[in-house]
Amino acid sequence: MTNPTYSQAFAQGVSEEMRRDPSIFIMGTDMTERGGSFAQLVGVGQEFGSERVRDTPISEAAMVAAGVGAAMNGMRPIVDMSFVDFSLSAMDEIANQLAKMRYMLRVPMPVVIRATSGIALYGMQHNNSLETWFAHMPGLLVAMPSSPADVKGMIKTALRGDDPVVFLMHKRLGGRRGEVGDEETLVPFGRANLVRSGHDVTIVAYSEMVARALEAAKLLAEEGIEVEVIDLRTLMPLDLETIETSVQRTRRLVIVGESPRFLGIGSEIAAAIQETLFRELAAPIQRVGAPHVPIPASPPLYQAMSPQVADIARAVRKAMTS
Amino acid sequence: MTYESNESVTGTALDSIEIRNLPLESLKAWLKTMQLIRVFELSCESLALNSRVVSAVHSSAGQEAVAVGSIAALEPHDLVIGPHRTHHHAMAKGMTARQLMAELFGRSTGCAEGRGGTMHLRDVAHGYLGGNGIVGASVGIGLGTALASKIRGNDQVTIAYVGDGGLNTGRIWEAINLAQVWQVPLIVICENNLYAVETATAQLTGGNSIIGRAFGFGITAESIDGQDVGAVYRSTRAARQRAVNGQGPTFIEARTYRYEGHQSGQKITYRSQEELELWKSTKDPIERLKVALIRENLLSDAEFESIVTSAAEEVRDAIQFAEESPWPEFDTAYTDVTKIDLKMRQNP
Repeated sequence: MTNPTYSQAFAQGVSEEMRRDPSIFIMGTDMTERGGSFAQLVGVGQEFGSERVRDTPISEAAMVAAGVGAAMNGMRPIVDMSFVDFSLSAMDEIANQLAKMRYMLRVPMPVVIRATSGIALYGMQHNNSLETWFAHMPGLLVAMPSSPADVKGMIKTALRGDDPVVFLMHKRLGGRRGEVGDEETLVPFGRANLVRSGHDVTIVAYSEMVARALEAAKLLAEEGIEVEVIDLRTLMPLDLETIETSVQRTRRLVIVGESPRFLGIGSEIAAAIQETLFRELAAPIQRVGAPHVPIPASPPLYQAMSPQVADIARAVRKAMTS
Repeated sequence: MTYESNESVTGTALDSIEIRNLPLESLKAWLKTMQLIRVFELSCESLALNSRVVSAVHSSAGQEAVAVGSIAALEPHDLVIGPHRTHHHAMAKGMTARQLMAELFGRSTGCAEGRGGTMHLRDVAHGYLGGNGIVGASVGIGLGTALASKIRGNDQVTIAYVGDGGLNTGRIWEAINLAQVWQVPLIVICENNLYAVETATAQLTGGNSIIGRAFGFGITAESIDGQDVGAVYRSTRAARQRAVNGQGPTFIEARTYRYEGHQSGQKITYRSQEELELWKSTKDPIERLKVALIRENLLSDAEFESIVTSAAEEVRDAIQFAEESPWPEFDTAYTDVTKIDLKMRQNP
């Protein structure tokens, strides 16, 4: 498949890993025949059958608990939550069971919790951004790929690792196409990706915000501002070193996230960067995130909740002038 | 309001049990383990009040037959998932009194090197995959371990224990539904000790029947006398046979009784002394097995005395071992959070 979509890249990565490792299996709603509500596993049920690609009832707690138990007994389950919001029905299983089990039992806990996140249609109960919740819980890794190549390379890393990974795929990226790596191309966790070089200011973003940051960078280049863009790839582990290396050159930093700005990933990064680079900063660090409101349904309203190119550009200009 | 599980406790004489159809060569070992659990658990009350056992613990005194009878019905490679009240499961599956007591003392020689404590015991080598601090969580995890056995197609089964309190969490029914749908080799054993923390389960349970709920999911289910170690063994053995034959999961309600409070140090005001005495005089699981063994000439009074003495000695030894063991090194708290290095930064 040349240039698969973001969703197809996920299915491709999972299928390749399932062929090489019989301990990988999938649990999710509408999975075996349909391949999930976001076309994230189309064809996988047809190839591997209903024993390894299992349809579940809408029982999120049982699905995650089954994943925990299966991993305790040597398997590598992928638990598909559909919308990330539905994982709230399994929050004890994720935060108090999955995240703690390695610490309790000293056993590998290779469980992937796949979910779709990001701000789009359907209103306030389908558009929660929970990435920093998960990142705040010791024991969980949080992966948020921004491209087909990263989706494929990062799911492979998750499936060959020994840790629980909350794997969040963005709603608005599902159809985006791009080149992907081959069967042995793995994207490591905790290593951010420098996606655009520039010497004036650093933007740190993740998931779909990376595309918006790049658009903002293009816009700002016309104004003579050269922006460096870093894609975090994983929120946990958080690659502060790559950010520090960049900020040492640019001396200015803007952090963009789609979760509420209050206690968002920008808060942590800003705090960490001032701890190490306070005297080298030429301007206050700027954060861009969602306002502190639930996400409404009407397109003009929900779009205003998600950081736009213009919001990012404005924050960069502020970082340049202050 | 009547509650079916309570109705079986009547009369004043010790209720006799049938042992002839049990593996006779093992029965003395069962009695020893039950006695050891009993002495161990009763010793914890004052140890916890003195903070030698570092926190309050959930005593399983009175519930020994459920753990010993069911785990005796397993094969060594089978798995056990415990809830919060779980010392008896761990010991029945092979954990030593020393390993358990040292864990309760928070010492490095404990089964989880002191990081776990009373509710997070660990004995992976014996197939005891942890207790759990969250009521109701054990069944879903057992669903998963059993699912792994099914996918691999081996003859391993899992027992997940849950209390009557856990039966009023929604998630255990999510898990039982899925266990039935997927026909996994899981045995759910509900230790119904009649009280959810300090409130009578009868007051909290709509429909007034635990087993009735299980039937609603189409799962093979039965309610048994949990104070009869033989009944527990026979039911679990049959359930295990069905599980390895591919006939799916079983739900067993074991009617039992906890002799002490929900956790150590608690004053019991919510049940009568008469009720406790009735359970002890008519249903005590150790006494019933002992009397049956003596009746069948499989045990002498002298042998029983020696079981009592050696259990007391083993617990004394475990306490001394725990007391003399070192505290864990601080560094150990930072290990096994994740496999990969998170490179977290520390306080200045």
